[in-house]
Amino acid sequence: MESAAFFYGMEVFLNGLMTGVMYSLVALGFVLIFKASGIFNYAQGVMALFAALTLVGFQNGQIPFSHLINAIFGTDIHHFGWHMPAFLAILFALLVMIIFAILVEKLVLQHLVNQEPIILFMATIGLAYFMEGFGDLMWGSNVKKLDIGIPQGGNLWIEESTAFLGGEDFYGFYLDTLDIYATVIAIILVAGLVMFSQYTKTGRALRAVADDHQAALSVGISLRKIWVIVWCIAGFVALVAGIMWGSKSGVQFSLSLIALKALPVLILGGFTSIPGAIIGGLIIGVGEKMFEFLIGAPLLGGATENWFAYMLALVFLVFRPQGLFGEKIIERV
Amino acid sequence: MKFRNILLGAVAAATIAGPALADLTFPNLTYRTGAYAVNGIPYADGYGDYMTLLNERDGGIGGEKINYIECETQYNTEKGVECYENTKGLGSLVYQPMSTGITYQLIPKATADGIPILSMGYGRTSAANGNVFSHIFNYPANYWVGASAVVNHLLDINNGNIKGKKVALVYHNSAYGKEPIRTLEELAKKHGFELSLLPVDHPGQEQKSQWLQIRREKPDYVTMWGWGVMNPTAIQEAANIRFPMENFIGVWWSGSEGDVLPAGEAAHGYKALAMHNTGADFPIYADLKKYVFDAGKAAGDGSSAGTVLYNRGIYAAMLATEAARQAQSMTGKQIITPSDMRDAMEQFSIDEARMTAIGLPNFAPSFSVSCENHGGPGLAAIQQWDAKAQKWSLISDFIKTDSEVIGSLIAEDSAAYAKENKIAPQCS
Amino acid sequence: MLYREVGEFKPSYKKDQQTFPIRLDRYAFYAVLAFAFFVVPFLINDYWANAILLPFLIFGIAAIGLNILTGYCGQVSLGSGGFMAVGAYACYKLMTGFPDLNIIFCIMLSGGVTALVGVMFGLPSLRIKGFYLAVATLAAQFFLIWVFNKVAWFYNYSASGQITAPERTLFGMTVSGASATPEVAYVVCLSFLVVMALVARNLTRGSVGRKWMAIRDMDIAAEIIGVNPLMAKLTAFGVSSFYVGIAGALLFSVYLGAVEVGEVFGIQKSFLILFMIIIGGLGSIFGSLAGAAFLVLMPVVLKNVMVGQLGWAVDIAAHFEFLVVGALIIFFLIVEPHGFAMLWRIIKEKLRLWPFPH
Repeated sequence: MESAAFFYGMEVFLNGLMTGVMYSLVALGFVLIFKASGIFNYAQGVMALFAALTLVGFQNGQIPFSHLINAIFGTDIHHFGWHMPAFLAILFALLVMIIFAILVEKLVLQHLVNQEPIILFMATIGLAYFMEGFGDLMWGSNVKKLDIGIPQGGNLWIEESTAFLGGEDFYGFYLDTLDIYATVIAIILVAGLVMFSQYTKTGRALRAVADDHQAALSVGISLRKIWVIVWCIAGFVALVAGIMWGSKSGVQFSLSLIALKALPVLILGGFTSIPGAIIGGLIIGVGEKMFEFLIGAPLLGGATENWFAYMLALVFLVFRPQGLFGEKIIERV
Repeated sequence: MKFRNILLGAVAAATIAGPALADLTFPNLTYRTGAYAVNGIPYADGYGDYMTLLNERDGGIGGEKINYIECETQYNTEKGVECYENTKGLGSLVYQPMSTGITYQLIPKATADGIPILSMGYGRTSAANGNVFSHIFNYPANYWVGASAVVNHLLDINNGNIKGKKVALVYHNSAYGKEPIRTLEELAKKHGFELSLLPVDHPGQEQKSQWLQIRREKPDYVTMWGWGVMNPTAIQEAANIRFPMENFIGVWWSGSEGDVLPAGEAAHGYKALAMHNTGADFPIYADLKKYVFDAGKAAGDGSSAGTVLYNRGIYAAMLATEAARQAQSMTGKQIITPSDMRDAMEQFSIDEARMTAIGLPNFAPSFSVSCENHGGPGLAAIQQWDAKAQKWSLISDFIKTDSEVIGSLIAEDSAAYAKENKIAPQCS
Repeated sequence: MLYREVGEFKPSYKKDQQTFPIRLDRYAFYAVLAFAFFVVPFLINDYWANAILLPFLIFGIAAIGLNILTGYCGQVSLGSGGFMAVGAYACYKLMTGFPDLNIIFCIMLSGGVTALVGVMFGLPSLRIKGFYLAVATLAAQFFLIWVFNKVAWFYNYSASGQITAPERTLFGMTVSGASATPEVAYVVCLSFLVVMALVARNLTRGSVGRKWMAIRDMDIAAEIIGVNPLMAKLTAFGVSSFYVGIAGALLFSVYLGAVEVGEVFGIQKSFLILFMIIIGGLGSIFGSLAGAAFLVLMPVVLKNVMVGQLGWAVDIAAHFEFLVVGALIIFFLIVEPHGFAMLWRIIKEKLRLWPFPH
């Protein structure tokens, strides 16, 4: 009996880790943009939604703006008729995100250079509204299924091979295959990003810009080019996050709300650290799932995850006000 | 400030529209965008298409054209109020807000303005007591009927004895999701089953903890009160933990194509409550095709025709227009007022013959409504999803529900409302 | 030429320190107040009250509250939705628990309760700063919503968890509940807004406001010169929550009449009020009102133009609404990053010299 409870606890712990990885995927985009340009990108969740919508649209051969065109011209067209293979659709979606990054830099960021962080934050809010309306107009607001071939469902192999632990009442560890894929992809992504920023010239330029804009300018690094690159990478990360979350629950408006789940991860890990986003995600994921398992469901009636994640982050902040891995804020009078 | 005043003046000129007295006005508070669009779109399509059909095929109701107005609320309470205020001056006959939150909002307002509300299978359940809620109707069924129907179905498939069984309720953590809890608790005491409650926070995209708990506790049956993205996520998670789908029963708002299609094959066998029959196999669809789809006047893009929520939109529109027709014959007038509409709704009755004449034979139960009972017959059926054929079908007749338990709960809740708001009994 | 300070001499310190030192400003202010109090109630109808004016007045109060905290004291807070919920539920419990208590007192007491709650949740601000504090106040937001959903005492054990405002009268006229006329509701909210805006203006111009602004600009330097950061921050949270709580109580009792906490006071409300003050102008009372007007009016105007006049389909109109609001926000930020308040200030500066260029 007791050992079953212990193994169930472990199962919740492992699932918490996986959920944390999913959160980190979203948080990564925030960290990248904040590091390089000091902007807290409220539009990251909407970017994930837009990227996922574009991917599905390309995959299913949807005609962009079909609803609008039908309304204006009275036609009745919806699909081109083809079905793109997943790999090609991902490439095209990436291309669209790159165009988006270039446009954002040209039309928004360029005009708001050197403004206060809260003004830049507000600009990303305007951007989020705009992308929301634009994405819905382009691809329609009904729910779409996202399927690029990643299998879902509890992993039978793990369940069966661990069922012997913990006695009769234990049914084996339940780990969703999709989550396992997401973890592997996240590890590859983070490793890639870390290697990119450490070992390539552009990566070094990115770190320089993150450190000090003016110093970077004075050694000849083009701030605008770096910002475009950063937004492209953030767009790619948003695409990956959108794919993972969209495969779980379909591509629709609520996908943009996953950004809210990434906020506690960011506070905990610090806004400026990539490993912080990962560790923060893991801590938040485990924390909220374990709390729900141990106290939330039995004693408080459930649905405690939302606020507990923030409370946990708050507790950490009291001891380390800049997050676990964030840069220590040095204030000079 | 001054610029704003000029702008306000311009807007005033734009919004003060004269009431269209020459038509019968039916507003529809829809949500085609926002978190619940997946369920809002097919319902709005069905409602709109039926209204268009009546206009095109019959020239309206009793010769009076229908003025159908759609107003987008995004499931947001304040926008719902704005839509209501915008359209009530146009002679709107009945409101169907399609949202429990907006319904609660409008209950006192519509009663004061004299416009009836039909909250078909949602909203405030105790509004079935016409003595307290004179202008609110929730026929043909409500949430407490739904909860009882689930339990009665479980009794059916277990030879009348579910003592000791474990039933879990996965519900949307809002007023809507909490509605069945009181009833299920009473029924649990009465029939001896164990009830466990698992709330899911809005929007319901993350349900891992709840389904892990279900996997651990292994309840015999799970029932769900979900809406929007919570439905497909729950069904996917249930499939993931390999919970037997035929033991998973959702309420009638968790049983549409949009909820089961994302899970694919794995959703096979999922059951849901039904207020009406499923599919596109009714004579009315031939008329819809001829007068609406082929004429290019469809409210949506046509892809939702035949789905459960589309049929529900048709059903809602049909109930509203039939009540208008009955009001016309009761008063002898062609143009009826909201107050005539309310009176007709209070004496509303519909039978199989009439529904067959409309083109919906064997679609829904016949029923009639009275002053004390604004909630209708209290019948619900069970439908099941066949993932291979990709269609829903009814697997039971319309089940009677436990009117004793439900009646006492309705009396208690409406008495509390009447006391808080000092309402005298309305039925003589 | 018209808008000038020439010839205005102030014979006393009191007159020198007026809120509106320029005569035209004063007259314009009185004219607007007279129009709002004496003309509008006769022109108002249900739609105007419930869709445009009441939301504007109520969110104006909330925006002033948040501006005090974020614009004047520099503590970014995303918990406004939760605090509005505290105000609403406090009002509900007071109205149902003490049926004879005048609604004005109920509302003010709810503001007081919210102030206490606000001070409690403001304690982390003593340690945490900037965006991190914002996300910490989100903890308050989600926790408060969960509490109101969960603890049945707050909604008087009703089966559904929704709260409905009972009918109350003021000077013989119904104020809350369904039979309240739009004029009465409008005048009540307007009175609250005018009184509270005046109080806020004077608070922020006085020593308390100066202490807040010192903390905002450079809190370490402020501490060195003797501003107590504990008192300053906590009073900012307290006063701000008082305003936000009153806005929530008015939203519940006078405007909506029934609320479901998750939907009405959710996170999107917190973000909405924050957007209002940023686009209106941080650190400005006029800015709070301008931002509230923009974000309340713009969607309604767009909807009425697109659906009412142009006859577009509702979902296309809804999408365009998002698009246009987003584009306008970005446009205004590029044109004037400090919000409408700064825009208005610059216009007034130019008007002072007009028709001369400099």
